[in-house]
Amino acid sequence: MNNKLILNSKNFKHLLICAVFALASIIPAISFGQETEHKPEEKFNTKELIFEHIGDSHSWHVAIPFVKEISIPLPVILYTDKGVEVFSSAHFEHGHADYTGKYYTYRLIKDKVNIVGANNELLAGANLAKIHGTLIDFSITRNVISMWMTIALLLIIFISVSSAYKTRKGKAPKGLQSFLEPLIVFVRDDVAIPNIGVKYARYMPLLLTIFFFILINNLFGLLPVFPGAYNLTGNIAVTLTLAFIILLVINFSGNKYYWKHIFMPDIPWWLYIIMVPVEMIGIISKPFALMIRLFANITAGHIIVLSLISLIFIFNSLAIAPVSVIFVVFIDTIELLVAFLQAFIFTMLSALFIGAAVEEHHH
Amino acid sequence: MIGAGLAVIGAGIGIGQIGGKAVEGIARQPEAASKIQINMIIAAALVEGVALFAVVVALL
Repeated sequence: MNNKLILNSKNFKHLLICAVFALASIIPAISFGQETEHKPEEKFNTKELIFEHIGDSHSWHVAIPFVKEISIPLPVILYTDKGVEVFSSAHFEHGHADYTGKYYTYRLIKDKVNIVGANNELLAGANLAKIHGTLIDFSITRNVISMWMTIALLLIIFISVSSAYKTRKGKAPKGLQSFLEPLIVFVRDDVAIPNIGVKYARYMPLLLTIFFFILINNLFGLLPVFPGAYNLTGNIAVTLTLAFIILLVINFSGNKYYWKHIFMPDIPWWLYIIMVPVEMIGIISKPFALMIRLFANITAGHIIVLSLISLIFIFNSLAIAPVSVIFVVFIDTIELLVAFLQAFIFTMLSALFIGAAVEEHHH
Repeated sequence: MIGAGLAVIGAGIGIGQIGGKAVEGIARQPEAASKIQINMIIAAALVEGVALFAVVVALL
């Protein structure tokens, strides 16, 4: 289908944006100043703030400074052993209330939903040491909404760029094209071709998608306000999925020589005992390293920035504010570099591993 | 906690060495600067990956 047709209708772009943000505010609720509920002497809890930012949550806090603090509650979708249950997380009232649904009673403990029995004991849920009943949480949490936002952004940018290339064949790139072209050419010429060789074109879509997905998620995580302030690439489940995809691609596109290198390498027979297990562990450990590297870099960056800002509140003095802000600006610049760097490194190492898998025999 | 600190010492030494050798290499042959730079960034990211393993395990 002609890309231009899709995107020439301004309606599509607007519809996509509206759809994503409408999904994020299905049942809007406005909660005024939670601070009034706290005890007057309560200390500023740094750890709670940091983990709330890094982790996932069932509602999205949007703070409009000096006006009010809005918390958009997101739908909770649970699969219990009796059936599917859908309700708004506003019923949880930030963890202060239980909600009695169709099948069970639910309580939010440390941001995870649990089923509570008749005598206030936990029946099932993520906070139990052992999992008794089945409770699978399919909720649309903050991370899910943010992933949809990223996908919408990627679709808009790349469909418009690709349709611009089609209509402006042979002419110089203009606008968004000229912004993206150096990046895409960089990924092709400096990452894909040196590492994968002649068969690079098959893997270009994968590499480009991974690069821009990680990049946009990293960048949005640096923004302090809505629509930023989420931590998607710092969520180990997300990086696990990306690394798992790379694992599948590598092993399904590995040719005879790749498997020969792993199971029957060209070494003296008495080294087989060591080398073959090491190579077999290497199949798993390379994508595992990719996952941990991205997760730890991004999460550590967020923790540092938040801790430095919390310094102001811990010391409770205005004098520390300029120092703290300067530190934060400095660290934020480093985080910007890290955002680009981690996207580049993930893509480059993936290209390296794929190249090693599809390499032809040359002796 | 202490483990995380020790791991970061290792990362610091490692990346310092990488940076030093890379800069030396550029000083010897300025035409190869961009290639050396790319390889330095790659090696630094790998070393940092290992150090972050240790930090993540220490946090657990």
